[in-house]
Amino acid sequence: MLTHKKYTREHRGTVGRIESDNPRMTCRSVDVFYGDKQAIIDVSIDIGRNEVIAMIGPSGCGKSTFLRCLNRMNDTIATCRVTGDIRLDDLDIYDKNIDVVPLRAQVGMVFQKPNPFPKSIYDNIAYGPRIHGLVSNKPEEDEIVETSLKKAGLWEEVKDRLNQPGTSLSGGQQQRLCIARTIAVSPEVILMDEPCSALDPIATATIEGLIDELREHYTIAIVTHSMQQAARVSQRTAYFHLGDLIEVGETKKIFTNPQHELTEDYITGRFG
Amino acid sequence: MNNPDIKQSREAEPQYPRAIDIVNRGLAKRYGKEQRFKIYGLTAVVLSLSFLALLFFTIFSNGYSAFFQTFVKLEVFFDPAFIDTDDPANSNFPGLVKKTLRDEFPEVKTRKEKKELYSLISSGAAFQLQKMIQQQPDLAGRTVTIRVPADDDVDMLNKGNITRDVPESDRRINDRQLAWIDKWAHEGKITKRFNTAFFTSGDSREPELAGILGALVGSILTLTLTLLLSFPVGVASAVYLEEFAPRNRWVDIVEVNINNLAAVPSIVFGLLGLAVFINFFHMPRSAPLVGGLVLTLMTLPVIIIASRVSLQSVPPSIREAALGIGASKMQTVLHHVLPLALPGMLTGTIIGIARALGETAPLLMIGMVAFIVDIPSGFTDPATALPVQIFLWADSPERGFVERTSAAIIVLLALLVVINSLAVILRNRFERRW
Repeated sequence: MLTHKKYTREHRGTVGRIESDNPRMTCRSVDVFYGDKQAIIDVSIDIGRNEVIAMIGPSGCGKSTFLRCLNRMNDTIATCRVTGDIRLDDLDIYDKNIDVVPLRAQVGMVFQKPNPFPKSIYDNIAYGPRIHGLVSNKPEEDEIVETSLKKAGLWEEVKDRLNQPGTSLSGGQQQRLCIARTIAVSPEVILMDEPCSALDPIATATIEGLIDELREHYTIAIVTHSMQQAARVSQRTAYFHLGDLIEVGETKKIFTNPQHELTEDYITGRFG
Repeated sequence: MNNPDIKQSREAEPQYPRAIDIVNRGLAKRYGKEQRFKIYGLTAVVLSLSFLALLFFTIFSNGYSAFFQTFVKLEVFFDPAFIDTDDPANSNFPGLVKKTLRDEFPEVKTRKEKKELYSLISSGAAFQLQKMIQQQPDLAGRTVTIRVPADDDVDMLNKGNITRDVPESDRRINDRQLAWIDKWAHEGKITKRFNTAFFTSGDSREPELAGILGALVGSILTLTLTLLLSFPVGVASAVYLEEFAPRNRWVDIVEVNINNLAAVPSIVFGLLGLAVFINFFHMPRSAPLVGGLVLTLMTLPVIIIASRVSLQSVPPSIREAALGIGASKMQTVLHHVLPLALPGMLTGTIIGIARALGETAPLLMIGMVAFIVDIPSGFTDPATALPVQIFLWADSPERGFVERTSAAIIVLLALLVVINSLAVILRNRFERRW
């Protein structure tokens, strides 16, 4: 990875409009530290309702770290410390009294590598609703499994083998199973951390189509390495560079007319 | 290489040696190394297997004869003179046995000869008659042909462990006794049958009456307690340390100490059991209760370490998946991590238990080394354990205990094989892929 020597490690400020007209999540002055090392420097951004926001940037720029702040998945890393203000509909999610369990039920996450539970396809989907008490009987459970799988576009492929282990599916199917599992608990925001990086182009296309459909009901933040993917699926794009949020804006604008030199360098493929 | 035809083409090539030539030159050496390593490995495996085979061969060839016992057929007349009709169980049965023997050999007159004659039959014969009368009191006054166990010296003679060509003074059976035995043999009264007593009775001073059951039950009781205590406690500690404990100095100290405990000699645990459980808490001596507690302490570190390793081997993606849909920490561990780690934990536990099964030293310290005839019926009864029984028998001078020592080792090994196969079956049963 190339780094531009003319820039120092200090915060560089953000170009573009960080606010959204109809924000779902608002982040202000977020800093993240791993021990003494600062991974995210003063990031402020809104995530709008029913929009797909793509986070792009070179490896190690902090985009995944930032995404994991949004449902406090970083809590699992002992050395990680988050400061700043992250709100989900005016609720400070880093408040001391906030319980992460309902937060994560509200802000679901899909990971880079498909990680179905080593259980049946059915149980993979039904697990979330079961632990949250969203279902009280078998017919309700059946229904939630069916609708989740349908929303994830997997129903037709697996409806005859719901009792087979989720791990027996192909990579693309597994990732859609994971998306279905996330949808099953009816989250309001879905975070996707490079959901297609382990998939072939055909499976990627399926998932991208799925993301577009999901936008109707959910707010989606997606981290991706592929600029084409960001351009295809998102309405807004945020460009991260070495822990800084360099530029935010409408995806079309970012890709056709980037304001910041670094953004331009990255999307034109000069580094990254 | 001096061929002029190819010299032309070589000149066209760069001057430095081609990489592939260097690679080819080194190949023979590389393969040689590989070959030698294989041979070393194979030799080691063959060597250890042959030692194992030798061990098994010696133990089996020494021990299999203990599964058979020499019996003598006697015609017993339940003489009413010897039997107390009011309380048949309290009759003079040793006298009855002696009278039966005197009737068999009427020529025996002197006190010395009589004593020699009586010693041919195990003292267990009297108990056998007592049992018969207890079950059928109407036997009094009737004549019955029964098989009674021969004395261990007769047994050894019959099995060829006492030879006739040694001088009489060095032989445990003198010529007169030999003549009586030969007479019995001639009449077909001496038979070798399966030794059920070995599996159904406790320890005894008489080799022909000594059995393994007491020690076996003692071992089972002790290990049951060990398993019941060490598995839940071990797994819970491992789960806490691995999944919940904060990373700080205190936890580090605990971890270091657990690893140290795994290396502490087992006799030290025995001393601890003696000092704490018996002297301080006044628990009974020689009891499976204390044995189980001591072996639990000894097994715990092994189980904790194995369980932690198997928890660590569960991929973090599974934890993230569960946390990501809002499972609590406890749910993540109980529903996802623990089921995946369980096969490894079970294997570790069974290895620990198998080690505890073979442990003698700590049991010596807490008094489970006593001579105990009764079969223990509870956790507080005096008991001994299989390896301790082997130790005790190996110490006994009678020739009959030599084969019984080997036979007890066979039983112990069989138990170990059963436990280990159980481990393999359980692991395969619960193993899941991710």
